[in-house]
Amino acid sequence: MNEPDLSNPELAEVEVHGMSRASFILKGALATGAVYGATAVAPFVSNAFAASATTDVDILNFALTLEYLETNFYQVKGKSVHLSGEAKTLATSFGDEEAQHVAALTKAIKSSGGKPVAMPKFAFPVTNQASFLKLAYTLENVGVGAYNGAGPSLTSKALLAAAGSIVQVEARHAASIAVLTGSKITPNGAFDKPLTMKQVLAAAGPLIKK
Amino acid sequence: MTDHPGNADEPATTGVVERLARDDLERKRFLTMVGKRVGAGAAATSLAAFIAACGSSSKSSTTSSATAAGSGSTSSATTSSSTATAASTGDLAIVNYALTLEYLESQFYAKVIKSGLFKGATLSTIKTFGAEEDQHVQALKKVAMSLGKPAAKPTGKFPVKSATQVATLAATVENLGAAAYLGQAPLIQSKEVLAAALSIHSIEARHAATLNLLTKMNPTPNGAFAKPATMQQVLAAVKPFIA
Repeated sequence: MNEPDLSNPELAEVEVHGMSRASFILKGALATGAVYGATAVAPFVSNAFAASATTDVDILNFALTLEYLETNFYQVKGKSVHLSGEAKTLATSFGDEEAQHVAALTKAIKSSGGKPVAMPKFAFPVTNQASFLKLAYTLENVGVGAYNGAGPSLTSKALLAAAGSIVQVEARHAASIAVLTGSKITPNGAFDKPLTMKQVLAAAGPLIKK
Repeated sequence: MTDHPGNADEPATTGVVERLARDDLERKRFLTMVGKRVGAGAAATSLAAFIAACGSSSKSSTTSSATAAGSGSTSSATTSSSTATAASTGDLAIVNYALTLEYLESQFYAKVIKSGLFKGATLSTIKTFGAEEDQHVQALKKVAMSLGKPAAKPTGKFPVKSATQVATLAATVENLGAAAYLGQAPLIQSKEVLAAALSIHSIEARHAATLNLLTKMNPTPNGAFAKPATMQQVLAAVKPFIA
């Protein structure tokens, strides 16, 4: 995965649940580190962001945007690059699962009294099966990091359970694509790194059209 | 890979959410009760007793436990094993439970690596997974020490007969491990411990998916939403692997 480009000016236009990206990130940045100081598990929680910055609905909408992106990637881009063999089988199955995540998150946002964000338009720099699988690997790993980063900030235990059942599937997708492409099954070693919203936006933001 | 058994997408999610909300309520009531009777320190030492109690009371199937996770979870808190369950609550107990599972996984991989049943790329994957489980043991031990007393190392006993049998057992173990972490996540109080558990949970999931593919199984056997397993279900399932 490329080093996240945090200064990408295009990303400033991305809106997350009605907030500008800048204010959204600012909120997250202000709270980061407030909860996670020096602890026994500091090496792998230092990236997790704090609950006070965001509501559960904000987090779910953030996750929903990622799931839209993944669904669109597998279901639309996957078709246009004419996948074959095992890649096609996995992409079909994974696309279906991401679509179910979209449906579940939409429902969860509504039942939490929130308004689900609309699906943005996407642009994937992918032209063939190899570049498709490479981006799939990146996206799934970003998804894992995003859920792991957001998980501790969810105030609802029921939503945490739902997010957990989704992140496990994202991790399974990531590993499957790794096996298929000979990439690292556990790119972060023994502990998956949680990502901040800022890091997730840096990685996924460039794929969202203005 | 194309067949996704029982992919009851939305209803399944609702079920998970509802059940956990209910479990959480029961748990809180339960904790209040427990708090009056049992000291906090009792939790760590009673895990071994709980494992023993678990095996004798309910004969839960080893192979089906991960997939059957959704079915019987609410009843466990109110059955006769409630005394044992009561002593097994709290972050320390959860961490020690995870530590016990990681000890077993670590020992299992060590035995498999020694067996000589695997070569080449598969062996190197197994070595990587084993080393990662070792790191989970070390990290969880540290976390347990910061909370109280770490669980004692269990002695595992695993059948290691053929490559196929071992790969299948490894897949079972990893899928169970992933379900175990998923089952505990909403019960963890400390955000730090939760973050640590989540960072391990997705590793177990990656291992599980890899081994599922290796054994020609679906990498996402529960479809879009992974199923959690309760402590009781998991401990019953691993009982045969503890000497």
